Amino acid sequence: MIDTTRAGAVIRKELAEFRRNRLIVVTATILPIVFLISPTASILAIHASTSSALLSKRVDYSLFLPLLVPLFVPATMSAYSVVGEKEQGTLEPLLTTPITRVELLLGKAVAIFLPAIAVSYLTFGVFLAIVALFADAPVATAMWHAPQLPAEVLFIPLLAAWAIWVGLAISSKVTETRVAQQLSVLGSLPPLALISLMSFQVITPSFGLAAALAGALLVIDCAACFFVARLFDRERLVTGTRPNRSAPAAAAPGTVRRLPPVSGTS
Amino acid sequence: MSTQAAIEVSHLTKVFGSRTAVRDVSFTVARGEVFGFLGPNGAGKTTTVRILGTLIAPTSGSASVAGIPLGSAADEEIRPRISITTEAPGLYNRLTVAENLEFFARLYGLSGRDARVYEALSAVGLTNRADDLCGSLSKGLKQRASLARSLLNEPEVMFLDEPTSGLDPAAAHEVLGLVNGLRERGVTVFLTTHRLDEAERLCDRVAIMNTSLRTIGTPDELRRTLFTRSIAVAVAAPLEQPDKVFAGLTAVQGWQATDPARYLVTVTDPAAAAPGITRALVAAGADVLSIGETRHSLEDVYLELIEDREGRS
Repeated sequence: MIDTTRAGAVIRKELAEFRRNRLIVVTATILPIVFLISPTASILAIHASTSSALLSKRVDYSLFLPLLVPLFVPATMSAYSVVGEKEQGTLEPLLTTPITRVELLLGKAVAIFLPAIAVSYLTFGVFLAIVALFADAPVATAMWHAPQLPAEVLFIPLLAAWAIWVGLAISSKVTETRVAQQLSVLGSLPPLALISLMSFQVITPSFGLAAALAGALLVIDCAACFFVARLFDRERLVTGTRPNRSAPAAAAPGTVRRLPPVSGTS
Repeated sequence: MSTQAAIEVSHLTKVFGSRTAVRDVSFTVARGEVFGFLGPNGAGKTTTVRILGTLIAPTSGSASVAGIPLGSAADEEIRPRISITTEAPGLYNRLTVAENLEFFARLYGLSGRDARVYEALSAVGLTNRADDLCGSLSKGLKQRASLARSLLNEPEVMFLDEPTSGLDPAAAHEVLGLVNGLRERGVTVFLTTHRLDEAERLCDRVAIMNTSLRTIGTPDELRRTLFTRSIAVAVAAPLEQPDKVFAGLTAVQGWQATDPARYLVTVTDPAAAAPGITRALVAAGADVLSIGETRHSLEDVYLELIEDREGRS
């Protein structure tokens, strides 16, 4: 049973922290700008007279880059999420409250998901608007009729969710933010590889394939919350060691007690 | 187990890999008691707090907190009834003091959050800093804010793990004043500390720990059990025949000269022995400069036990 007040409290807290963290704001702004400039320049540089083969390549490339935003922006944010709490010393007080692992992780995931997809759709929207307004008509038409276009709209939240859960899983296991951020970028590579294969038409994108992949990602994203919650071990996070559940054969006797307990023991 | 106890611990052991952090520890803390948990670094104090605070599970043994036995299912019942203040204040530096408290108030599902936050801030004298970012506060103020956070859910048991560590004397004094205030609220306080003077001043009872429990009792009980009782005497000039002066006096067991004109008289009961010693000194023509029971501090008790453990005594 998920308590929405507690999960909501985590969302509010995380969003407030993001707003006031200049590093996160800068990262979440610069990456989309970089991934916007390159495809925009690529598309605006071609003209109506360009060969259809080159036009197709440029469109593929231009539609691929904006998909990096929902992968990389949330990856860095989620990688910091748990290990950052540990480094700040806030994890221990947090874990002694009634919040459950699922509520905590879900709250953190939603708090990253909202700005990540907002930035991703904004980047994509701005790119499409520039193409519509400034590209040559045949180029714009080619872009609007590209089969990847509707798939991208669908894949943005699914990719963001993947990146978030991978980042949270890594953040729950490692002890350093730097390591978490590096690993989470690596964790974004499998879907990235698949998208590149489709974007560059190494694998021919079809509606069926896109739907199947989207379905698979959706299932993975939904199940990931509970999977990551299982990785989230309070004891290991607090002490840095794995829990040792097996009792010693016999508790070794204490060293000689000069004093008998004066009072209080059984 | 008694329902009256706030904390009951029985044969608690915690092993990390090949290292035993806590070994076969048993004790009881009464409701409303301020209980000091002392020991050197690595003695297992924080591990014990973390076990009792439901953060980690014991390897063996059992415990109950606020009348509820520890265990994965019951931990969720325990958490709303306790709070933990750690050595690091554990505040979100980019949130204001009030925002930090409001966040925790939501996690505890408290109603009337604003009023609860204000009450908690009032209790630690921080209402005027409610809108300051926690990152801008001094360490002392952060620790006060951390205490305010711990008060939000009106816990039955509060664990304070080295709450004055790293604070300057004035800030530490303020924090200790707040801890003293908790006693008046009837909160059970489990205080781990290195500051023996503060443990002696604040705690009803103390336990001294070094992986296993070394001893437990009130500071006075520990002194009485560990040290022979004695009366220190200072006179203007050395006694000519101290044997004759101290021999046969009520409750006097022996004596030794600590300086030419200072004597330490071993007694069974200082109150019974002191008048007789005074009369004997006067009768012997000595000018008495001072006479009084020697006081062993909790630090003496602590060092005696810890050194004994380490084989240095």
